[in-house]
Order: sequence, then structure tokens, then C-alpha cells
Amino acid sequence: MQQLVLLGAEAIAQGALDAGISGVYAYPGTPSTEITEFIQRSRISTERGIHSQWSSNEKTAMESALGMSYAGKRALVCMKHVGLNVAADGFMNSSITGTGGGLIVAVADDPSMHSSQNEQDSRYYADFALLPVFEPSNQQEAYDMAFAAFEMSEKFHLPVMIRITTRLAHSRASVVTRKSVDQNSLKLPEDPRQFVLLPALARKRYKRLLSLQPELMLASENSVFNNLGSGTDHSLGIIACGIAYNYVLENFPAGIPFPVLKISQYPAPVEKVRELSETCKSILVLEEGYPLIENSLRGMLNNSAIPVHGRLDGAIPRDGELSPDIVAKALGLETKTGPDVPAFIASRPPSLCKGCGHIDTYNALIEALKPIGGGRTFSDIGCYTLGALAPFEAINSCVDMGASITMAKGAADAGLIPSVAVIGDSTFTHSGMTGLLDAVNENSPITVIISDNETTGMTGGQTSSAVGRLESICLGLGVSNEHLRLITPLKKNHEVNVAVISEELNYNGISVIISRRECIQTAVKHKKVSKS
Amino acid sequence: MKTDIILAGVGGQGILTIAAAIGFASLHENKYVKQSEVHGMSQRGGEVQSHLRISDKPIASDLIPLGNADLILSVEPMEALRYLPYLTENGWVVANSVPFENIPDYPSIERIKKEFDTLTNSIWIDAEELAKSCHSPKSSNIVMLGAASEYIGLGFDSLKAGIEQVFSRKGKNVVDDNIRALEAGRQFSLKL
Ligand code: SF4
Repeated sequence: MQQLVLLGAEAIAQGALDAGISGVYAYPGTPSTEITEFIQRSRISTERGIHSQWSSNEKTAMESALGMSYAGKRALVCMKHVGLNVAADGFMNSSITGTGGGLIVAVADDPSMHSSQNEQDSRYYADFALLPVFEPSNQQEAYDMAFAAFEMSEKFHLPVMIRITTRLAHSRASVVTRKSVDQNSLKLPEDPRQFVLLPALARKRYKRLLSLQPELMLASENSVFNNLGSGTDHSLGIIACGIAYNYVLENFPAGIPFPVLKISQYPAPVEKVRELSETCKSILVLEEGYPLIENSLRGMLNNSAIPVHGRLDGAIPRDGELSPDIVAKALGLETKTGPDVPAFIASRPPSLCKGCGHIDTYNALIEALKPIGGGRTFSDIGCYTLGALAPFEAINSCVDMGASITMAKGAADAGLIPSVAVIGDSTFTHSGMTGLLDAVNENSPITVIISDNETTGMTGGQTSSAVGRLESICLGLGVSNEHLRLITPLKKNHEVNVAVISEELNYNGISVIISRRECIQTAVKHKKVSKS
Repeated sequence: MKTDIILAGVGGQGILTIAAAIGFASLHENKYVKQSEVHGMSQRGGEVQSHLRISDKPIASDLIPLGNADLILSVEPMEALRYLPYLTENGWVVANSVPFENIPDYPSIERIKKEFDTLTNSIWIDAEELAKSCHSPKSSNIVMLGAASEYIGLGFDSLKAGIEQVFSRKGKNVVDDNIRALEAGRQFSLKL
């Protein structure tokens, strides 16, 4: 037993390590990155030979983790909410195959979109896949739930999701650890066909998943993480999910007058919800994310027996993360505030670091596009997305990992010729390669610029799967030698770079320009390492 | 006894070092701590904040409610004013006077200072100059911590212990540089 101060993300990592994982699989993505990074840094993981290398994307991570589970060992796979879209095929089907060794799918949602394109709520995915979810309300629970989730996963032979949101992922508090558990030994599935989802076999497996639902519900009803607190004032009952529970506590330092049902394990415990609603005159639902429980309480006809308040009636804003103040207002409590922000305070959006190679790449591209006209540059997810802002205003899209190349292709198919894609090296190996193959197969008139900073820059410089491989990947996919160009994005090379980009823009077929210069943040780190 | 602190700055300015030092110092006094921070996109030169809560009793929310912060400690002058709605009555605002100008519409420093002077309890300090003058040029953040040390609700020795813990891996010289910076900041405020 030890007391550690950990981020919520790190608490899951420490819990998983202590619960005997044999491997973690992940692709970096805010706010989930720190789970894997913590395991990579930890001494236990080196001592025990725990797998922790980054995967190329969330799908490969999900499937590798399932493979480790197949072999009888405990595995953890981590991703941000939109990463689960990428891993969804494996995730949905893993509920049908079930697991061997315990399998935790840790997903970090980003309500308020601090660092994301949307604020989708991963609990819907678990609901969709008919899988249980743990949603910790604090760092200690995040740690404890790693144990609970593995136990549950091995009891039911199902993957279990742990869902956190940005605030918990990135907030530190002390955590008391337990004695660590040994890793599982290698063990093949008892049924050799368990993982073979041929239709006839899959139908049986699906029936098994369905038949487990009442037991999953019972586990939620009896869970130590779901409790119904009594209150003296029954004019209102509160349902508080995950971290929302803390905001309720914060607002009632002397004790909560209303009955509160804290939900941190799903499927939502129906009997407990019934008990709350039968003893209270109205219900306030506090969920960090979408109104999942609120929606089902209201029902399609919105004719619940007692009034339900939450995101759907405006008691809580429909979008964005919760805060103690939002919860206070919903509870009708008085809130205070300090002085107003003076009107002259300017907002300070994020920007590319001074001297970043993406800047020189964009400057060259902007100039090369001048004679042709703008509105044709499709981009992707990474630091270079900031090229959308002033002073560049150089890109016209940022949708999902890899969408730059495929959208450019579609636009070219429609007649927008040439179209340009700007994608990072790590995003390219994550989800850009297959799109490039489509473009090669049709020799589409697009110019793909791989802005290669030789790292995963946005999330803090994790090793990129693309390092040292971009040229061979592009050639292997069928890009011609002649139209695979390499430039170095530096001010002094501006004229040359503009010329290269112009040439390729004028070529009526697929070309790839690799614009390579290491991210300066990563370069500084590398220098430090080589010095010490 | 409870202290709520907003740490403010620009991504890359290293406010998390201050947070870590205060965090260790609180544990030194066996207090409860919660500290939320910003990772991801805003770290690229955007506005960043960290909510730091210290208490004798367990802490519920990771976020400080508006109007509750006892201290806003900002390593950048304009950023200090961005979080004023969090400030409690009679709370303190301690700000580094050296602007970080990476946006075209950065207001004039005179305007910021004028607004700053309307606050009841505030300390305006050129932390970079002070860090240089005590031969710890890299430690302006710790000068800031020293300048705010009276309002954190922790003993000065605990803060020193916190700094030792944060920097011990980097060797004794770095620890000493930072302890000097901490003391210089504290002396500056005490003399006001
Ligand atoms: S972190 Fe690296 S890639 Fe991102 S903006 Fe800074 S220098 Fe450029």
C-alpha cells in the first residue's frame, strides 16, 4: 500500500499495472494520452516486460489488445472518444466474441471540446455494444475500477469500458494503491471457435451476450460504486453520474439535503432509479456528456411519472462540460462571482510554435496556390490544423484522422483540380495510407503534402509510426518516384519549395510531397536526452 | 482551512512546475490536494490555467467554483485578469509584469497595469528581472511562487521542501537556484 498523487488518467494506468496487465495498446489522443505514457515511464512495466509501445491507430490497438486477451492475459486499450470511432469495428465485435483474459477499454471523452472535433459520449457506444461501463467520480475510484473492471471482464468474459472525461483525466489527487496482482499465464480459449464470428457462430455468441444482460444489470444494482444516499428533502431527487457527483458534494459542504443516486457503473441500475423516482417529486439528472440517462427516463413520449430536469429542459446547458457553478444553478443555489473580465482582454488561441516547420510548409503552399486559387486544401488532425487560423488561413477542412487525402480525392473527382491534402506523418500512418492507395489506383489529380515533423507533435511528441518509413510506404503504395518529392521547410528554402509544390500542383495525377523537419519541441527533448 | 488557487499563464510557460511545488508542499503538511491542469491543444501558446485546491478536509470538485479563489497567481500580466470572475472577495492577485505577446491584439501594458491597480489586493512583480538579479535567471516562475507565498496557506519551509522535491532530480545547484528565487520573491512581497 502506497499513497501516490496521480492524474485520473494515471490512476487508471497504475490500477491496471497493479491489477496485472500484460500490455497496454493505444494511439495518443487528448485527454487519454497520459494513461499509456504513465505505463511507458513506470518501472514495473520495464521489470515485468509489459507491452506499452504505441500502436498505429486505435483500431490496431483495440485488436492487439483483443489478441492479448485471446491468449489469456489482461490487456488495456486506451483512446480518446473519437478514437473509439476508429476502433469501433473491433470494439462492437469484441462484445460478440467476448474475451479470454480481462480486457479494459479505457476511453477519455472531451466535453467542451478542449482538444477535439466533437463531444460524443462513449457511454452510448457501450450501450450500443451491450457492454458494462465504469465511470469513476474521482482518482481513487479510477484506480479501484481498474481492478473491478478486470474482475468483471474475467467473470463475464466480456470487454469492460472505463469512461472518464477531461476534468478527471487531467486532475491530480492522492490515490491509495493496493498490493499488485501477478500477470495471468498464457491460456487458449476453452472453445476454439469463440473468436470465429462466422454467421452461424456469431448468432450463438450474440445470444450469449443478450443472455448476460440481466446479470450485468444485477451487478450494477449491487455495485459499491452505485449508491443511493438518503436525504430529508424529497422535493427533488438527484442522479449524478461520474464526476458530476463531486459537483453536487461541492455545493453542499454541510451534507446533501436531497436523496442522491450516484451512478458510476452501467447499465444504469434501474431498481435504484425506480426507488429514487418513487420517493421524490422531481428528478435532476447530472451527466458529464450527452443526456443518456435523462433521455431514457423521459422516454420517447416525454411522459415520465414525475418531472425530469437536466440537459433537455435547459436546467443544464445542452452542450459542454459541467462545473460546480452550472450544477449550483440547476439546484437553484446562489452562486457568486468575482470581478468581470475587463473587455480589453484578448483571447489567446493556440498557435504554432515559433520556428515550427509547418509554418514554412504553409507559407510555401500559400504562395504556390496563388495563381491557381484557394479553397482547395483539405487538412487533418494535428498541430498543423492551426494553419486554419490567421495569419495562414491556409486550410479548408479538418474532419477526422486521414480525411484530408480522401476528401481531396473526392473533391478532385468532382472536378476541383488540383486538390491538395495536408496531413502529418503520424496521422498519415494512422489513417492516411489507405486513402492514398485509393488515389493511386485512380491516379487522382491531387497533391498530398505530408508535413513530416517526425513525431506525434500535438499530443506532446510521442514516437510516430512513420519515422524512417514515409518514402518506402508511398512508393510501396504505388506513388511514382518522379512525383514523390522531398522538401525541407526552412525560410531559406522558400523559393525552391514553392517551385516544387507548383510543379506538383500542375501535374495531372497523384503526387506526394514530404516536407520534413523535426518538431522543435521534440528536437529540444532529443537534445536533452543525448546530453545526459 | 482551505485555499483555492488559480494558476494562469500561456502554454509553454511552465505553470505546472509551480503547481507541482505547491502540491508537494501540501502533502508535506498532510493536506488534501486536487489540481486540475490543461493538456493538449492549448499547450501550443494558448491561454492555460490550473485549478489548485488545498484543504484540511477531503476536496469534492476538481474545479474551483467562480468567486472562490483565494489567490490568482499568473506568470503573465494579461492572463491574471482573465480569471477575475474566480476571485473571492479580498482574494489576492499576484502577477508577473512581463508580457508574453503572441497575438496581434495584445492590449497595452499600461492599460493592463491600470486595471490591475484597481484590485484590492494585488502584487505586480517583474519576476524575470528579480530572477536575474538573484542569479537564477531560469527561475522566474519560482520567484512568482515566493511572491505569493504568504497567501497559499502553507508554511514557507513546506514550500522549500516542495521545491526540493520538484528539482532534486536535477541536482543540488538547481535546487539552490530555485530556493534563492523563492526567497527573493518572498522578500519582494514582504517589503511592499
Ligand atoms: S509542437 Fe512541434 S509540430 Fe507542434 S507547433 Fe510546436 S514545433 Fe510545430
